[in-house]
Formats: sequence, C-alpha cells, structure tokens
Amino acid sequence: MWDPSPIPCIWVHITLPGLSPYEKKKYVWKMLYIYMLGYDVDFGHMEAVSLISAPKYPEKQVGYIVTSSLLNENHDFLRLAINTVRNDIIGRNETFQCLALTMVGNIGGREFAESLAPDVQKLLLSSSCRPLVRKKAALCLLRLYRKNPDVVNVDGWADRMAQLLDERDLGVLTSSMSLLVALVSNNHEAYWSCLPKCVKTLERLARNQDIPQEYTYYGIPSPWLQVKTMRALQYFPTIEDPYTRRTLFEVLQRILMGTDVVKNVNKNNASHAVLFEALALVMHLDAEKEMMSQCVALLGKFIAVREPNIRYLGLENMTRMLMVTDAQEIIKRHQAQIITSLKDPDISIRRRALDLLYGMCDVTNAKDIVEELLQYLSSADFTMREELSLKAAILAEKFAPDLSWYVDVILQLIDKAGDFISDDIWFRVVQFVTNNDDLQPYAAAKVKEYLEKPAVHETMVKVSAYILGEYSHLLARRPGCSPKEIFVILHEKLPTVSTTTIPILLSAYAKILMHTQPPDQELQSQIWAIFNKYESCIDAEIQQRAVEYFALCQKGAALMDILAEMPKFPERKSSLIKRAEYSEADTAEQSAIKLRAQQQPSNALVVTDQPPANGATSPVPVGPLSLAMVPSMITTEDHTSTDQALSQQNGSLTKVDPQHPSADLLGDLLGPLAIEGPPGATVQSEHNAVSRLEGGPDAVDGSAIVPVEEQRNTVQPIGNIAERFHALCLKDSGVLYEDPYIQIGIKAEWRAHHGRLVLFLGNKNTAPLVSVQALMLPPAHLKMELSLVPDTIPPRAQVQCPLEVVNLRPSRDVAVLDFSYKFGTNMVNVKLRLPAVLNKFLQPIPVPAEEFFPQWRSLSGPPLKLQEVVRGVRPMPLPEMANLLNSFRLMISPGLDPNPNNLVASTTFYSESTHAMLCLIRIETDPADRTQLRMTLASGDPTLTFELKEFIKEQLISIPTAPPQSPAPAPPPAAQATPQIPPNDPAALLAGLLS
Amino acid sequence: MGIRFILMVNKQGQTRLAQYYEWLTLEERRALEGEIVRKCLARNEQQCSFVEHRNYKIVYRRYASLFFLVGVDNDENELAILEFIHLLVETMDRHFGNVCELDIMFHLEKAHFMLEEMVMNGSIVETSKANILSPIQLMDKAS
Repeated sequence: MWDPSPIPCIWVHITLPGLSPYEKKKYVWKMLYIYMLGYDVDFGHMEAVSLISAPKYPEKQVGYIVTSSLLNENHDFLRLAINTVRNDIIGRNETFQCLALTMVGNIGGREFAESLAPDVQKLLLSSSCRPLVRKKAALCLLRLYRKNPDVVNVDGWADRMAQLLDERDLGVLTSSMSLLVALVSNNHEAYWSCLPKCVKTLERLARNQDIPQEYTYYGIPSPWLQVKTMRALQYFPTIEDPYTRRTLFEVLQRILMGTDVVKNVNKNNASHAVLFEALALVMHLDAEKEMMSQCVALLGKFIAVREPNIRYLGLENMTRMLMVTDAQEIIKRHQAQIITSLKDPDISIRRRALDLLYGMCDVTNAKDIVEELLQYLSSADFTMREELSLKAAILAEKFAPDLSWYVDVILQLIDKAGDFISDDIWFRVVQFVTNNDDLQPYAAAKVKEYLEKPAVHETMVKVSAYILGEYSHLLARRPGCSPKEIFVILHEKLPTVSTTTIPILLSAYAKILMHTQPPDQELQSQIWAIFNKYESCIDAEIQQRAVEYFALCQKGAALMDILAEMPKFPERKSSLIKRAEYSEADTAEQSAIKLRAQQQPSNALVVTDQPPANGATSPVPVGPLSLAMVPSMITTEDHTSTDQALSQQNGSLTKVDPQHPSADLLGDLLGPLAIEGPPGATVQSEHNAVSRLEGGPDAVDGSAIVPVEEQRNTVQPIGNIAERFHALCLKDSGVLYEDPYIQIGIKAEWRAHHGRLVLFLGNKNTAPLVSVQALMLPPAHLKMELSLVPDTIPPRAQVQCPLEVVNLRPSRDVAVLDFSYKFGTNMVNVKLRLPAVLNKFLQPIPVPAEEFFPQWRSLSGPPLKLQEVVRGVRPMPLPEMANLLNSFRLMISPGLDPNPNNLVASTTFYSESTHAMLCLIRIETDPADRTQLRMTLASGDPTLTFELKEFIKEQLISIPTAPPQSPAPAPPPAAQATPQIPPNDPAALLAGLLS
Repeated sequence: MGIRFILMVNKQGQTRLAQYYEWLTLEERRALEGEIVRKCLARNEQQCSFVEHRNYKIVYRRYASLFFLVGVDNDENELAILEFIHLLVETMDRHFGNVCELDIMFHLEKAHFMLEEMVMNGSIVETSKANILSPIQLMDKAS
C-alpha cells in the first residue's frame, strides 16, 4: 500500500507562509493526487480556493480545477470565492472567463445560480464573445438551470435558444444541444420552435455540409453532436410539420441504409453510435410499418454478429422496441437467437438477453422460454441465479397454460436453485394450491416425488411439509401414501433442516395425525414422542408449537376444527411482480428491507380482511392515534402486542366460525414475513385460540391495540428512531430515520457555535416520492435555516439538504424536524429530533493544573458554580464513566484530583451570547455506592452552568438505549416495528435468564 | 446528465486519474472504484465493453496497461461514449506523442486540463482536438 506519510508533510508545506507560486501550485496538485488515491484530505482546501484569486493564469487555473475536484457545491469555502468568480466571469479576460465558467458549471450551487445566471446568459448570447467562451457558458447555464429552473424563465428564452441552434461553430452547438436536451426534457411545449432547427442541424451533419475537418471523426461529422441532436428530438412527442417530418425521415433513412460494417473499429463504432440513436428515434416517432420492420431486421442482424458490443446493443434496443411498439411478432422470430445469447460468455450480454426474453414472453411462447430459463438455471452463474429464478417464477405464474405446469416449474426451480428462491416464491405456490382444489392431489403427489430424492433443498422441505400436511390425505389410497409413510418421508428430513423449518414440519405432523382415520396408535405415540422431545427446545417457536400441538392432540374433537384444511386465500396481486422491478437494477442489492416493503400491501390485505375485533366501526385516522400510543405502550415489546392483537381477533372469532382461526394461521404464514418474523406468530394465535377454548382468559384484552396494529401497516420505520437519535448525539454522521421508502441520513460539522448539517434524503424505490415536506421546529436557543427541500425525490435518488445551525445560548431543548412525504396513497409524517444538542457545541480542552485551580477558585458559589448530589445513577465503573464523558466532548484530566474515585473534566462551550466559555466539572463518586455521586459544575455563565449540569445528569441517569421523555411528540409507534429482542434468539433468552 | 465519472486505472487496479461529475464522499468513491475495477479488469477481449453496475453503466476501453472507465447513465449512447474515450486518448496522443501511463501519472495536471476542455458537468463540450489543446499549448509557450 502507498505510504501515507507524505500527507502531513504536504500539509506542513502547504500551510507555510511565503511559498512561491510554483511551490504552492505543486503542493496543491499533490494534494489532489493524494485525494484521488483515496486518502482523506481535509486540509489545504483554503489554499486551493485562495489560488482562484491569484492574478496569473497558471495559478488561477490550478485553483479552479482543484477546487472543483475537491469541494462540493455546499462547501462553505465556495462562498468565499463567489465574488472572485463573478469578477472573472464579467471580466474581459477570455481565459479567466473560461476557467470560472467551467468551475461553476461543475460545482456551482443555488447561490451561484441566483447571482450569476444573468451574466452567464449574456455571455452565451453575446455576439462579440468567442466560441470558446460561449460553449462553456452554455453548459454553465445548464448547471445553473438544474440548480434553479427559474434562471431560464425569462420571456423569449425559447426563441433565443432557437437562435442559438443556428450557430455555425460546432463546439457551441454541441454544448447548446446538451442545454436544449435538459430544457425540452422538462417542458417540450415551450421549445417547439427548436424542433425544425434540430432537424436542420442533423441534416447538415448527415450530409456533411460545412463541417470543418477538425470536427469529423474518422470521416463521420461529429458523431456526438448527431447523437445529441437525435436525443433532443426524442423529447418532442411528435412532429407535425410535414416538411420537417419528411426531411427528418429522409435523414434517418439514409442513416439506416447507409451504415455499413467497416474494418476500422473506431469508424465502425462511431457510425453505429449514430445508427443506434437513429433506431431509437425511429421507434419513438412510430414511423411507418416499413421503416419499423427495417429496424427490427437490422436489430435481428445485430444480435447475431460476432462483435460483442453490437450484440449487446442489439439486444438492449430490441428490449426497448418491445416497449414502444407492437413489434412483438417480428421480434419473436428471433427467439432462437436470443436464447443462444443467454449462453453467451459475457454476463452483460446474458443479462440483456434475459431481460429481452422476459419482456417478450407471452402466452404463446411462455412454455418454451420458461423451460429454456430452467435449463439455463443450473449452469448460470451465481450473480444471475436469483434474478433468473424470480423471472422464471413470474413468467410461469403470468402465462401458465395450466396450473399443474406452474407447480411443476416452481418445484423445478426450488429443486435446481433452492438457495436463490425467496420465500415469496414458495408462498405463492402454496396460495395457488390452496385456492385450486383440482391442483391439490397433483401437488401433493409431486412434492412427494421430490422428497424421495436423496438430497433435497430445505425450501423444498418447507413447501413439501406444508402441502403434504394439508393435502396428503387426498392421496391416502395410492400405494405408499398412507399417513404413516408420508410421516416417515417427512420425518427423515427433520435432522437436516434448520430451526425455521422445524415448526412447519411439526405442523405437518399434527395435521397428518389428525387426518389418520382410524387413529393409528403407533403413529400417534411416535408423533407425541416428537412433540414431547421438542417441548424443551431452546427455540421458543418450536417449543411453543410442540407444547400446543401436544395439548391439542389430546383434545380430540377440538383438534379437528382447529387443524382443518386451510380456507381459500383472498385473490391478491403477486408480490413477485413488484419485486422484479427492484431486481432490474442490481440483484445483489435485494435486501430484506425491500422485500418487506413489497410484502406490506399483501399483509395489509390480510389484516383488513378481518372484521375489526374491538368493535371499532372504522379505522381511526392515523395522526391522533400515533400520538395516543404513549411511551408506556412503546416500551411494551412489540411482539407481544402483535400477538395480543391477533389473539384478540382470533379469540372472538373462534366462537363465530371455527374455520377462522386457521384462516389466520395461513394468513400468518404469509403475514409475519412482512414484519420480518419467522413464520412464528402463526401458532401463537392458535395457542391463544386454544386457551379460549379451554376458557382460560389468557389473552389480554388488546382491544385498544388493534387499531394501532392496523395502521401500523401503513409505513414502518426500520430500526429504533430514539436509538438512532442517541447514537447521533455522540457521532456526526449516520442514519436518522429509515423506513421502506426513504432513508434520511445526516452528516454534521460543528465549528464553535456554528453547525452545518446535511440531510441526505434517499428514495429507496423505483417510484418517486412526492409531496416531500420538511419543516424545522427549532427551539428558541437555536437559529436554524433549512435549505429548500424539493417537493419530489426521483426514484433511487438522493437529495442533500443543508441545514445551518447557530447556537444562540445554552439550552438543552431539542430541535424537531417535521418530515412528511407521500408514497402512492400513503401519507407518511414523522417528527424527528435532530441531534443538534448541547454537547455538539462543546470543544474539549485540556486545562493544566496550574490554570485549573485558580479558575476553579475564582468561580465560587452559585449561580456560577453549582453542586448537586445525584442519585439513581446508572452504575458503571469509573473508566466507563470517563469514556462516556469523553464522548460528550468533556475532556477528562486525570491526576488533577488526588482522589482516584473522582473525575475532573474541562471543556469549552460556544454560543453566540457566551462566546467561548470554559466549563469545569468535578464528579465525586462513592466506590461503595455507584448509584450516587456528587457533581460540581463551574462556568462563567449561570445558565450555562445550570444547563450543562442538567445535561450531564440526564446522561448519567438515563440509559441511552431507552427513549427518554422528549419534549417533542413521541416517535411514532411503529418505531418498535422490529422487536428489540427476537423472541427466538437463544442468546437473548439466556441473557434474560441470567439478569 | 450523461457522464458521471471518468476513471483511468492501470492493470494493477491503481487509480491514475479520477474525475467525478457528481459528488460522492470519499468512502463512496473508494467503494465504487473498487467494485468497478474488480468487475471490469476481470473481463477479456471477447466480452463487450459495457458493464452494468448499480445504477450506472460502465463503458470501458483498454489501452495497453491502462483502462479508461467511464460511468454513464443507463440511457446514454454507449458507443458514442466508447468513441469519446478514444477521442480522449487520441488527444493525449497528439499532445504527449505516443501517450503512456507514465505521461498521465507525471502530467496529471495536463490530463486534467484536457478533460476540463472536453467534459463539463457530465456533458461533452468540445470534440475538436485543436480546440481542446490550444489552452495547453498557449501555456506551454508562455512558460
């Protein structure tokens, strides 16, 4: 690895006064180099920025280039430079103008947009300016436009834009075209007058009229400008003017027909770049049929050539073609070739082929394509298997000619790529089987076949256990399918499976036992023995099932009701299809979070299907309820409340309809996955159902909880908001809030009484988040300024919103961010505490003994010096307490106090009213009783002394992981979506026993 | 937006030049570069020049020991970018005369000047080699 020692060396050099311009330049470049190699360079930014104002070109140039590489648009230093930059832009020196325009074009932010836009526009349109300045002005304006769309909202801008396209200089034209693309993509109507100009430009290029030699590339007139122009044309919905349309089609026809394969690679690439863009434009314009089939023919040729780039692009463009026209039939003719591409040595090409096959699949060719995918699955590389199996599953479901084929496909998938089959896939097959009576014996027979194979994947065991448990009795008359034999086959697998599968097996045993008519004593004793064995299992889920089934088995008639066959599922949209959209981007990114997000709607369906158990007539609106869920509720573990809610529903329903509890059982089998639980809650509800039958009022009256439970299905934050807040109080960057749709990260810098936070709002979806609103509710002592938060966050984009904080005076109040957004029909509103807390304005400072004691003495008595005996302190060893204080930026000075049980700390507090203020702290602990201590605080400001004392006290008393009572509205109840201790985590259980 | 970043990496995977047109933190850059280098350098001549990575498409080209990797949006014209890389190399060639890895290493500033003339904010500004090189030549003459 590279030796990082030069870093401090350069740092020393760069900050030396009196460097010659050459040396300064040299060190700034070295700094950039180090940064480029991936080392954090947090020094020298000022030096780079200061070079911008150097009088000579070479220094200035370095300053501009390095600044635009090192800083981002929100950096404070940029503000220092804004005046110099403006002077350079409006100055007379062309070269300076270019440098300044380029930097603003690369990193200019909103402030630049506001102050510079008119000047940049003037340059772009000026007739006296040389092309080399104007081309940069065009792209600079593009940047400013993106930062603030109002900069081009001037009257007549569209006409000027059209004039710009008459430009002869190709450099200016290239840049202007980029600007135009951005403008028309937002609002094509305003720029219709540019359309004929674009066509004219294209014609000029295609006919090679008046193109300087310098701009032809291997004989092709600027391929990049051609591509850009055709891209711009794709943003106009249609071309109405017949003359323009005809001209354009002539040009396109020429490109389509006139592009030949040549030997020179570069020429070939360049001409094909133009050709592919022309193809895209033809597709967009929905040309005559003849031209379309010409395009498909070309693409058909491309996907079979040897040159891999062309093959890749051929497949990619064919996929696009599927979307825009009904060229399906013609494309289908190439199916065989596409399937061959699925076996290409290049993964990029295989991916394209898979995408295309997926897109072109319909009822007529589904069987072929899916079988092809299945075959390929066993040889496909691991990175693709998950996507492949998911797509095969979806196609099988969507286009299945008959359901038995569908079952076959899914079982094959599980057999061949069990590791890559997500739970959704096998849940779906279970749903289908349950809902189709004809399918049940077939599926049962089929899974039995698979189970008899020597090595069976665990997912196969799961699905088999489920299906055999439910439907094996339908096979009872076939040879080898007696309950006992089925039990033996299943039971063989038990030693090989993990704890998540054992519960399903136990359920299957219980069901088999129930279906055994007449009762088989031997089987019964065998199964009872298993239940007995697992009654003491360490896994709570398994243990509970074993206990309950054992109890149930002895119930006789009641057993029949509870273990009856599952009722039909309500029809629901496949969650797989939604999932596929996510996997487009990157299969490796498939995370549990997303799955959860997609599961949610179906879960909601299950729950809302149930009549409200507590008699509430309508779902209560979201707002008040979430507030009603007071801290006491929050601290109860979520898991229990879920169960209570479920049991409540179940309990009351059992009396009405004995079928229902089992309905819930299945609902649960699919439901809890949405909340990350193992298929666990299932039996819990059953258990409670049992206790109801026995008359034991085991289930707590959960009526108040049920509606909360219901609305929890809207959006659940991931992780504990309070914990995240506390973590952020101690560090400067991290995640503030996360739910399935959005992640809010925070990054903070603190300098004296100023703070600069950046909120990172990241949309995790492939759909935009709309109506995004962020409102700051600052306490009186903080001045906060949140930059504009965009109304919409585009799919998978991250938006940064800087937030300026000024601390006016000491206080422990906390700022609150009222954040809301809309996703689909879900309106989400959260109130988040911001970690702009007292300790952020502290700066640890060591104070030597000879200074400490005079200071300590001079601050005598209240209100500057306060003393308090604190009781109920969380007991912790002294070093831990020292660490805690250190983490709050209170610097411990060991050795100042002769008593080793005491701690002495010092720090500086910054605020606008107090400026820098030294604070001294002494904590005396009692080794005999760690729950109490005496704390003495001294500073030059009475409020500060008091606030800091209270602050430290809070930290010492409260347990940081538990949410303290906050002045702000309590975090939404969903904060607890994930139970803190998974009930089936053996380690957690043990810990619980020991404490 | 077009071009998101341009990387020059040698075949050992060391970054020789990196220019980003969107802001990524240092950690993000390090991670991204590592992933891309691992993905692209493992590919052979018979494979195509495009790699899909996260929400980018990487268009890359190899010249002797040096890889040029350009990250673009998914809907960018790949071949146009591929030839743009070649234009960049030809431009460097014209200036350095038979450009090699060392030229870029030791004249990092020159490479940056050229890029600066060619790409701005992720869009192509200039494709004429004479125009791209004229500021550098002026400076060379002055010094």
